[in-house]
Amino acid sequence: MYAQMIKSTGDGVKSLDEMEPQERAFQERINAGGKIEPKDWMPEGYRKNLIRQIGQHAHSEIVGQLPEGNWITRAPTLERKAILLAKVQDEAGHGLYLYCAAETLGVSRDQLTRDLLSGKMKYSSIFNYPTLTWADMGAVGWLVDGAAIMNQVPLQRTSYGPYARAMVRICKEESFHQRQGYDIMMKMAKGTPAQKKMAQDALDRFWGPALMMFGPSDENSVHSAQSMAWKIKMNSNDELRQKFVDECVPQAEYLGLTVPDPDLKWNDERGHYDFTQPDWDEFFDVLKGNGPCNTERLEARNKAWDDGAWVREGLMAHAAKKRAAKLAAE
Amino acid sequence: MSDHLFEYLCRMGDNTLVLGHRVSEWCGHAPVLEEDIALANTALDLIGQTTLWLDLAGEVEGAGRNADKLAFHRDVWDFRNLLLVEQPNGDFGQTMMRQFLFDAWHLGQLKALMDSSNAQVAAIAEKSSKEVTYHLERARDTVIGLGDGTEESHARMQAALNKLWPYVGEMFVSDDVDAALVAGGIAPDPASLRPAYDALVSDVFLAATLEKPQDDFAHKGGKSGKRHSEHLGHILTQMQWLQRAYPDATW
Repeated sequence: MYAQMIKSTGDGVKSLDEMEPQERAFQERINAGGKIEPKDWMPEGYRKNLIRQIGQHAHSEIVGQLPEGNWITRAPTLERKAILLAKVQDEAGHGLYLYCAAETLGVSRDQLTRDLLSGKMKYSSIFNYPTLTWADMGAVGWLVDGAAIMNQVPLQRTSYGPYARAMVRICKEESFHQRQGYDIMMKMAKGTPAQKKMAQDALDRFWGPALMMFGPSDENSVHSAQSMAWKIKMNSNDELRQKFVDECVPQAEYLGLTVPDPDLKWNDERGHYDFTQPDWDEFFDVLKGNGPCNTERLEARNKAWDDGAWVREGLMAHAAKKRAAKLAAE
Repeated sequence: MSDHLFEYLCRMGDNTLVLGHRVSEWCGHAPVLEEDIALANTALDLIGQTTLWLDLAGEVEGAGRNADKLAFHRDVWDFRNLLLVEQPNGDFGQTMMRQFLFDAWHLGQLKALMDSSNAQVAAIAEKSSKEVTYHLERARDTVIGLGDGTEESHARMQAALNKLWPYVGEMFVSDDVDAALVAGGIAPDPASLRPAYDALVSDVFLAATLEKPQDDFAHKGGKSGKRHSEHLGHILTQMQWLQRAYPDATW
């Protein structure tokens, strides 16, 4: 899940009877499974919430290039290098679709970028963790993209048309990303003792942060209730986290790796695994900017933007000259 | 002939490998999102081409080496890439100027290789030329846009051109390897590509309001492997570290 802790209006969910006719028609359309399109009327809260959510998702894709880009120049084979390049390129592309989807709500990509660079808008906490060995490329694909898919597959049915359509394309690519991550893990886990050690170490370091990707329990959150009523959030955080654990545990077993949770066990009655919650203090620290890589990630993005200013200005100036020449010729 | 062909294929594959590495260093750090995508895409094409050239080199050599073995288990003196492609990225303008100077040669080279008497060489050239046509188009547009942009972008592009021009001449120098391949109808005479190259880059510099340096002095030693720049060793310490630290692993 690349959008965490999205705050909505917090007014609580209104019943249909409490709504003015316009809002009532809007909500009924959503309830019936219809899509809201950019030119349709929508409540201001819905628009603001979506901008925050889509923007945070887009920023996560952009910042997410960094921990994986970290290993492109050190990839172990030409094929792995090509796959990783393709994956990081896909992520930049996802950022692009998502910024376009956000723009349909009346906010510019430049504005969203400024809000990311100033720290006003967030990106997923997971990208504030370092990638230390090649096995981390496996763990990121398997667990991080795996967790993202849990959230994004249902979002293909989200009520906002442009977001839902962007998600359809994104999900196709994400499932390839997850498979390539698991494929790296298989090679490592069945490789030399050093490779197996790298694989276990990567799982140990990424397990907790991956569970945090779903956000804290949102059982009693009015924000979540409103987002769910608007169908911009399709499942509760706990529901998705449980689904993720249930799916990952047998995959780890197949790899011969140990999930770093001594209390993890199958609960027959619930039909799910019982597991230990991740360290939520750490999560809030990371959100506050105290994760291992927060400073570096934002610095890297700010540097790219600042260093690139002359390029953007140069290309804009050239485009303006061309337009002027074309006008003069007409 | 097979020694010469092996050498020649390493030159092609090492150019794309080293340039692909350099371009991939940009990942996540480009001036704008579209450029991040385009740079990753270019690097991806170049790494794909590397696999084709170096796999064929290994096959021609017949010593059981494949593209990975050649890419990750040779040292500086075995590399046969042009000095141009190992030059550091510098700013975005320098990266794109290096790309343009290389692509303008690369596309001419590949088009000539499409007529090679060696069917495998011709096939790789044909596949690569489709990708490189796009690389050249983008590099050309960027050089023109930035050269004829603001005062600052113009100054930066002129500085990049001045810095990189001494690495252009090496692309057109012939040696025994070239002579043997020309004789076998496998590859073009490097000097024969120069007039079209000069015409193309002159047109682009004109549109970009850039001045081609007067001095045609050329640094040499990359393609022959006799004297690389200091930069290549640093590229290899990063590119080959994992393979050399864990030589018994498969990935």
